[in-house]
Amino acid sequence: MKRAPAAAAALLLAALPAAAGCEGSGRDPGTVKVVYQDFGAFRAADAIMRTVKEEFEAANEGVTVDLHPIEAPAEDYQTQVNLMNQSASEAPDILYEDSFTINQDVEAGYLHPLDEYWASWEDADQYSEQADAAVTARDGSRYGVMLGTDTRGLWYNRTLLEQAGVAVPWEPEDWDAVLEAARAVQDEFGDEVTAFNLFGGTPAGEVSSMQGFQMLLTGTPDRLYDEGSGTWTAGSQGFVDALEFYDTVYSEGLSLDTRDMLNANAPTLNLEERMPQGEMAISLDGSWATQTWIEGGASPWPEWEEEMAFTAMPTQDGSAPGATSLSGGWTLAMGAQTADPGLAWEVMAMALNKENAAEFAVRGAQIPVRADVAESEEYQERSPIVPEANELVDVTHFRPAYGEYPRVSQAVQQATESVLLGDATPEEAAAAYDRELEEIVGADQVTGG
Amino acid sequence: MGEGAPGRSGGARGGRAGRHPLLPSPAARVAPIAPAAVLLLAFFAAPVVWTLWASFTNAALTGPGAARTEFVGLANFERLVTDPEVLNATVLTAVFLIGSGIVGQTALGMLLALLMQGRSPWVRSVVGGIVVGAWVLPEVVAGFVWAAFLESGGTLNRVLGALGAPEQAWLTTVPILAVVLANAWKGTAFSMMAYSAALSEVPGDLKDAARVDGAGTAGVVRHIVLPLLRRTVAATLLLVTLQTVQVFTLIYVMTAGGPGGRSTTLPLLMYTEALRMGDIAYGTTVALALLAVAGLFSAVYLRTLRPEEVR
Repeated sequence: MKRAPAAAAALLLAALPAAAGCEGSGRDPGTVKVVYQDFGAFRAADAIMRTVKEEFEAANEGVTVDLHPIEAPAEDYQTQVNLMNQSASEAPDILYEDSFTINQDVEAGYLHPLDEYWASWEDADQYSEQADAAVTARDGSRYGVMLGTDTRGLWYNRTLLEQAGVAVPWEPEDWDAVLEAARAVQDEFGDEVTAFNLFGGTPAGEVSSMQGFQMLLTGTPDRLYDEGSGTWTAGSQGFVDALEFYDTVYSEGLSLDTRDMLNANAPTLNLEERMPQGEMAISLDGSWATQTWIEGGASPWPEWEEEMAFTAMPTQDGSAPGATSLSGGWTLAMGAQTADPGLAWEVMAMALNKENAAEFAVRGAQIPVRADVAESEEYQERSPIVPEANELVDVTHFRPAYGEYPRVSQAVQQATESVLLGDATPEEAAAAYDRELEEIVGADQVTGG
Repeated sequence: MGEGAPGRSGGARGGRAGRHPLLPSPAARVAPIAPAAVLLLAFFAAPVVWTLWASFTNAALTGPGAARTEFVGLANFERLVTDPEVLNATVLTAVFLIGSGIVGQTALGMLLALLMQGRSPWVRSVVGGIVVGAWVLPEVVAGFVWAAFLESGGTLNRVLGALGAPEQAWLTTVPILAVVLANAWKGTAFSMMAYSAALSEVPGDLKDAARVDGAGTAGVVRHIVLPLLRRTVAATLLLVTLQTVQVFTLIYVMTAGGPGGRSTTLPLLMYTEALRMGDIAYGTTVALALLAVAGLFSAVYLRTLRPEEVR
């Protein structure tokens, strides 16, 4: 891949030919470079990749599986992988890739299509159509294979809610019911317990956008992106209502203090400290929360099964289908610069096989996408996923995974931050978002307002 | 190679035909500086040229801009001048520069240097040791130390609490003040050392003469010491300015530019745009805005401290 910046720099860097980045230079066909995230409570990718390295190298003389775990939160992980992808000699052969970045990375020419290998893979029919859609880019080709998926909902502490006089099992039917329960907890415990954690602000990044704002917006009739017209939505009432909900939660002090919320480690601290120590009653978070608490997790908490329960996040006014959720999912994808795609696929296929997929689902507290894994006794016995989270697959939503989405999501995070800080009213923050949206996607791609 | 250039033999210095036989040819004269020139071009000029070039394109970390980087004319600059975040960051950069660079480091450094003059050696070494200690500390460590100091349960709040004052979340209520204080604390040593060195060069008899003429301490400083230190002040201010406008680590560690962008200076905005958002082109455009801010301040110093304008 000829890149003009590299070419311009190379002209001046005549003394350093290594920087020229010629096609295929410095790539060893016998080495498969695997790049994945290994951060916080998430150690599942590292676990399966180590197994794959050992088994693959033992079975294939002369092949090296070169593991590159990157210890960074999701946003920084993506930046680092993108920087690697900009250099032909550094680019990974196999990468652990968030499904929502597939489109932009295909547009950047970073990924290798998998159709050819997929067509002849015996395990391909284990994957659902939904999982297929998430890894198919706008050009119609498949660029990744889903490792697992997830849902989002309300985690709550049974003991704390009972003490606050909320009936358990708790099944709030609308937003007001969520607020009422949170107020009851606040009345009972005051400052000792965070009544209701609602993620917001830019430091937590995508967590604020997905576990926070979009869990509210998808409970209204409005969306960020209108699939029908293929345009982004501005000026919707649902957007303002979701921000109103933030305003209520933060102005009443139901959630974390703003300084604790505007800490990039807030999601980790919640799972590793505040929830196990009984300092947080309700939290809108992901189904994978349990990966922190299981044996071998970052903060083992064997009593979690008695203490914690999971329930669906209701829609705004309880209208059908009554609950909402969001799903994401990470994939394995192949780098476009790979010297031997056939070999890279063999490594990928081993990482995706039934045993490894089951291990990943258990360790990463993922909802499996392979039918044989979901049905397997081994998975069902060991799975730390609560059945309520599995059921949300029926009502779940996906993010609009287009190239502009990460920037739009950042604008959403900024809107939540200005509301939770009290810098702007929900209407003002929504208006600022509309202006930002137009700037990001172009006025012709926006409707409403 | 010596006799190859007879062209100027008929000139005023007719006796010497062409170049002196011992002088090397032009090519040979350039040769020794060639390695240095290549290094300068490669490591200084090239990134600058690349930054300029990138700001006129749609270069990106991912997406279409990464596959086909195209020339987009002035689009990035149009966005720059209308972007409220850039305006906010420019104002904050100026506040940070004036607060921590000029008032903090330069004025405090000068004051310390003046106070330390003529003090006993142990006072000088204790004060100097403490101030230089802050300077020697890596930026990341300094950032964590200050974050811990200003945190809600931190040292400052404990001390204030003991005195009966209410607790404050300094890093969220006044983030820009917090980073200004931290940077002044960290960087004062540089100005102090520069001024201490310059002060020792001020001739004692000039000060004595002023005192004989009836000048007090303030008068001596104002009419004798400061005018003589003019060049040092100009050079130090320039260096401090260039260092201060590009402070990233300290702010990133303490507040990460937040909350609500209230401590996002231009370097942090540049980082967010180029690396968090993957918009390399716009990030480099913000870098040019940073260059403009630094250039503006530098021009002001050079003008106000020009020798002719000082009587």
